[in-house]
Amino acid sequence: MRNVSIVGIGQLSVGEHWDLSIRHIAHHAIAEALKEAGTEQVDALFVGNMLSGSLLRQEHLATLIADFSGQRNVEAAKIESACASGASALRIGHMAVASGMHDVVVVCGVEKMTDTTGESTTAGLATAADAEYEAAHGVSFVGLNALIMQRYMYEFDVPMDGFAGFSINAHRNGAKNANAMFQKPISLDTYVNAPMIATPINIMDSSPVCDGAAAAVLVASEQAEEFVTGHHPGAVQILASASANDTIALHDRRDPLFLEAAYVSSQKAYMQGGVTPADISFFELHDAFTIMSALSLEATGYARRGEGWHLAADDAISPDGRIPISTLGGLKSRGHPVGATGMYQIVETVQQLRGEAGQGQIADASIGMAQNIGGSGATIVTHILGG
Amino acid sequence: MSIASLWRTRQQRYSLQGETCPDCHQAIFPPRDVCPYCSEAAGPLHTMSGRGEVYSYTKMLNVPDGFLAQRPYTVALVKLEEGPMVTAQLTDISEEDVEIGMPVEMVTRKLREEGDSGEIVYGYKFRPVFAAAD
Repeated sequence: MRNVSIVGIGQLSVGEHWDLSIRHIAHHAIAEALKEAGTEQVDALFVGNMLSGSLLRQEHLATLIADFSGQRNVEAAKIESACASGASALRIGHMAVASGMHDVVVVCGVEKMTDTTGESTTAGLATAADAEYEAAHGVSFVGLNALIMQRYMYEFDVPMDGFAGFSINAHRNGAKNANAMFQKPISLDTYVNAPMIATPINIMDSSPVCDGAAAAVLVASEQAEEFVTGHHPGAVQILASASANDTIALHDRRDPLFLEAAYVSSQKAYMQGGVTPADISFFELHDAFTIMSALSLEATGYARRGEGWHLAADDAISPDGRIPISTLGGLKSRGHPVGATGMYQIVETVQQLRGEAGQGQIADASIGMAQNIGGSGATIVTHILGG
Repeated sequence: MSIASLWRTRQQRYSLQGETCPDCHQAIFPPRDVCPYCSEAAGPLHTMSGRGEVYSYTKMLNVPDGFLAQRPYTVALVKLEEGPMVTAQLTDISEEDVEIGMPVEMVTRKLREEGDSGEIVYGYKFRPVFAAAD
């Protein structure tokens, strides 16, 4: 097995890109990443995407994008695991380079969610759940997270504004990221008065529907020097890559309030990387909903059961806190173009580790962790990057 | 859900038919080929009583395609007395009156109208169990 490094990144600013199609936004990110890596040709393109089939009636997506990006005679395949598609695609790219099967791989996470009506997009997102036993009853993805949040608040006696700190932190950090969808801080007042989507989840607990694409070029670490030339800021190594699953349906979990797959995949990653939670400089977690931030912090070793929400109230998650999260806005403020999100987390982690995060820079960032969640906790992928 | 899928799952939607694992004796809903508790081949069919309690609930305001006409509605996780949990709508009660731990029982209701031709899909919902007056 070879060590794998990221030698180029690219991203599109997250938003409602009605003037661009999925092929354009994917190409934008890929072209930027290839330019940074100083290469035009790759051995393979792996695309992380969830909804192109259901929303755009476009499958065979990786080949469409490879074609549009001028990549012919290469391997191209789409990887789908709901909102964890981005990180799952990175894992496939990582395996391909680590194994020696390929030398230069580009991984692109891409999603186009604003071509359809809100109701169709909501129905598309619900396909991440069990179609026959969850979605058939009219529960949306927000609804599933609301069921978790309601029970959590009941069991651990959390006040109505107990999760506000996660949203406020994300928006404060997103205001410093030119690629974020929302670049404006919010107040506690804004959070408390936000309209409900599915009780107790209000619009400020929830990440937005949007379009986006982010990409990275992977090569063997021993060959990274060849790509790191001129103005290039340097390679970032993938220290750990791990994935774990849980029951697809929330109602089948042994404990619906514990992200077992986050626990397993982060433990595997800590072991692979030879690190502990205390070694991590910052954590790009999957804050699709504020409740998920609390559960992720608990499952990855930063808080005891039922106490993850305290970290938001105590400001431990801010850029100079004990464990900074959502450092460039997270899913809440940067945006959550679902199949692209895992790759935005990776691109932002690379920005932080290179010291290129601008106003959002975490001081002395040396090791970053990114965790991408598919479904209501059913697929969880953890990556640790460094140096 | 397609007509074929609706037909296949009719015993589950109309009567909460699950299974009991012959090895670890856990009740399972819906039926599976492999017991999720002990990984042995799952066993004989077993129809759940339909009684349970509310584990969690949410009032859904933004809803998926196909459910717009019913909006808003309350979806719950219901812990059946046999052990399994199910996702289902609550009926015959407004969200303001729902409480975690509240006893509920299964009823058959219209879930939605399917597609352009409008086939009506029936299935389980849960309503509060009202105690008889003394």
